[in-house]
Amino acid sequence: MKIAILLRRVPDTTSKIVIGAGGTSIDPSGVKFIPNPYDEYAIEAALALKEAAGDGETVVVSFGGDSVQETMRTALAMGVDRGVHLQGEPSADGLANARVLADHLRDGGYDLILGGKLAVDDYGQQTGPMIAELLGIPCATAITSLVVEGGTARVTREVEGGVESASAALPAVFTCDKGLNNPRLPGLKGIMAAKKKPLEVIPTAASAAQVTIASLALPPERPAGRIVGEGAAAVPALITALTSEAKVL
Amino acid sequence: MAGSSEYTGVDFYDVDALLSEEERAVRDTVRQWVDDALMPVIGDCYIEGRFPKELIPGMAELGLFGANLPEEYGCAGLNNVAYGLIMQELERGDSGIRSFASVQGALVMYPIFAFGSEEQKKHWLPRLASGEEIGCFGLTEPDFGSNPGGMITTARETADGWVLNGTKMWITNGSQATVSIIWAKTGDIDDQKSIRGFIVPTNTPGFTAKDQKGKLSLRASDTSELHMQDVHLPKEALLPNSAGLKSPLMCLTQARYGIAWGGVGAAMACFDEARRYAANRIMFDKPIAATQIQQERLAEMMTEITKAQLLVLQLGRLKDQGKATPARVSMAKRNNVHIACECAREARRLLGGNGILIEYHSMRHMANLESVYTYEGTHDMHSLILGQEITGIAAY
Repeated sequence: MKIAILLRRVPDTTSKIVIGAGGTSIDPSGVKFIPNPYDEYAIEAALALKEAAGDGETVVVSFGGDSVQETMRTALAMGVDRGVHLQGEPSADGLANARVLADHLRDGGYDLILGGKLAVDDYGQQTGPMIAELLGIPCATAITSLVVEGGTARVTREVEGGVESASAALPAVFTCDKGLNNPRLPGLKGIMAAKKKPLEVIPTAASAAQVTIASLALPPERPAGRIVGEGAAAVPALITALTSEAKVL
Repeated sequence: MAGSSEYTGVDFYDVDALLSEEERAVRDTVRQWVDDALMPVIGDCYIEGRFPKELIPGMAELGLFGANLPEEYGCAGLNNVAYGLIMQELERGDSGIRSFASVQGALVMYPIFAFGSEEQKKHWLPRLASGEEIGCFGLTEPDFGSNPGGMITTARETADGWVLNGTKMWITNGSQATVSIIWAKTGDIDDQKSIRGFIVPTNTPGFTAKDQKGKLSLRASDTSELHMQDVHLPKEALLPNSAGLKSPLMCLTQARYGIAWGGVGAAMACFDEARRYAANRIMFDKPIAATQIQQERLAEMMTEITKAQLLVLQLGRLKDQGKATPARVSMAKRNNVHIACECAREARRLLGGNGILIEYHSMRHMANLESVYTYEGTHDMHSLILGQEITGIAAY
């Protein structure tokens, strides 16, 4: 089985984000970048499938500037066999970006294409389904389990109030959700081996973006807490606040 | 999942830029492991006085044991800076866990690598790297700590091997070890040159280990006394290339190198805790971070940590070039453990009454670091080593 993993490089979720000079992107200086956490579920799923099958190939595919290679090497350190870096500048246009990936994946002979259900920086949630659409193959999003038997994949998805089970013939695209697995840490030998694994660089150009970012703004600062009173006497006021203001009761 | 850690270390001088991508990746993977596996259990282990041996397989799987030894023996083949960063991150969690890894790698695997035969290396190193075998290092004796050359443990050659007799004390990992590296005199009791190393499986008849109880420091680490009474060993138990007191001292230089990095990790952990606490703890209607006295504490800590991390980084680069002399290692061990002790104490004080609770980390580090200050060459002995380096006169 040949599995492609779509990997995005995103700012660490604990990083303090500063908006860049142009007002339409973040200032990357001093920001730590990590593999998109949802993509790590895809990496783990791919590695586990290959290990269970005893053979196959796992390929990590990223579209972006040269800095993505460091992130791709994390995937290689975790155990992915090789990488393909589609070198170029992604835009805010999910379809233009998906086309770049789909054009590369189309003739790759992949049985499975796995990615995260979303990237934690832009929350686009478009790449996986759009690639499936462009390739004309099945897609299920936000999967929490994955079993491959023969040429069929069975997946589950957490839907409102329950679990949905589905199956699809391969090749197919699945985007992965928390709960699918517990991604492994890259071991030290893996980190050393990653340097020697093939990482092919293919210069690419996305089609003109039909969506552009007008501006970025940080969320408003959270207001300070309020003390509604002390002791038992404060309980009614607290309940009122939680019911009518916070609406959590 | 990467990025779930709140802990970010200290990097005021952009020291990250001085590290390679692999070195940063190694640091990040160990940091994440400490967050995921160690931090949830370390408080309870410390209170219970228990080493978390359930973590050994995970540490081995990551490749933390003997990580700077070659790949052909099942090790990760890292450079010394990456190795140091492992020690830094482990000690950010707990000095006892770093001690475990130091002993396994620098004091058990290193002497087998440096002084062992090819057969010994091929047999023992992969098993120690995988955690299948756990090692300990027997040099110190009840009456010979700073003066190991005075040891009275003996190894007498027989027709078919060796017989060991003696007692070792303050042995980290002693009671859980499956194999020990024992240093003993093969000649006259005054002859330091006759000190040789032996690989002694701990199930050899006549070998017993007893936990040392009542520790107020390194409580999540095993410390034991080893007794050897007529322990018969085959000829091949000897480390053939060990020769004199210099051999165990070379092991200590390896371990001290890692400890110097570990001190940075413990100090960073305390600074990180103090900084967060100061920002959130309200007293007199404002965070205590707004008071000059706490700012002075934090400024002092960050300055000392930054100096210490630059010290070990350059020491690591020197070590990779074969230039990390014992005296250079002494300076880093002495300075970094000292500043870690100071940072831990100041952080504990900044935390006020909460600082004495196990749910915070600074007092655990503070108590641990008293051992680290004392073992692997006391702070005072390292002063004398540096004094000798400067003046050419040994004052010990």
